[in-house]
Amino acid sequence: MTLHKIQELLNADLITDSTHSNFDITFAKASDLMSDVLAFSQPFSKPDTILLTGLTNKHVVRTCDIAGVCAIVFVRGKNPPSETIDLAQTCEIPLFVTKLKLFEACGILYAHGIRPPSANQK
Amino acid sequence: MLMVLGHHLRTKNEWDRVMRSEILFQQKFKIHGGDFVNAGESSIKIRNILKEIGIDTDIIRRIAIAAYEAEMNVVMFAQHGTMHLLVYSNKILLKVADEGQGIENIELAMQPGFSTATEEMREMGFGAGMGLPNIKKNADVLNITSTVGKGTRLEININLNSKND
Repeated sequence: MTLHKIQELLNADLITDSTHSNFDITFAKASDLMSDVLAFSQPFSKPDTILLTGLTNKHVVRTCDIAGVCAIVFVRGKNPPSETIDLAQTCEIPLFVTKLKLFEACGILYAHGIRPPSANQK
Repeated sequence: MLMVLGHHLRTKNEWDRVMRSEILFQQKFKIHGGDFVNAGESSIKIRNILKEIGIDTDIIRRIAIAAYEAEMNVVMFAQHGTMHLLVYSNKILLKVADEGQGIENIELAMQPGFSTATEEMREMGFGAGMGLPNIKKNADVLNITSTVGKGTRLEININLNSKND
């Protein structure tokens, strides 16, 4: 599923310049704990995983940059501070904001075929 | 140095062993305890260096994650520390040393979910108790030594020809 389609499904606003709307997304993680994000990371060569989170500080972006997560959706209408947006621009990680709750956003994406990264994935 | 050593080596295997242990690149990074603003930047630099060297992307990901977790541990639990990246032809070694509170029970600290993080750290998304387990998961060899009240040393070894399966 393209990133653009995910934006549509979650009725989300893009708040960064970079869109990468043609990324083919297969996996999603949902967590406010950064080590959990790192625990199931993807190879850099495959920009196919997004993060849904309620945490908006810039460490979320840095963690995603390290873990190879290619886009971030902030839930519950939480707008991140400018330093988070600035870092995301630098790292070219698109940021989205949806008014949906984390559980709702996950449910919609799961119903449309997005899956969690395999627990066996290193 | 190697040439001098080589002069005394008897076989090609011995020479190969010496060559494999040669450091191809190294760089040391300072980490400041409590500096959450810049926390993680050393790990990003390490990742970028390894990308430039042309290391396999999956290996880079494992090293970057291990470095990031180790760096955050120094930021959260120590006054200051260093992260030393050493690239060999057959492996990458990360040596992380800090002066800080140390780890009282390493076995306990290795258990997923165990954490001594403060509420403030947790609010920032850290302190999930997955730091050391994540490092171990991504390393081929992890050595930890720690002295309570003095500090902690990690040696994270990742082989360049391994897939960590």
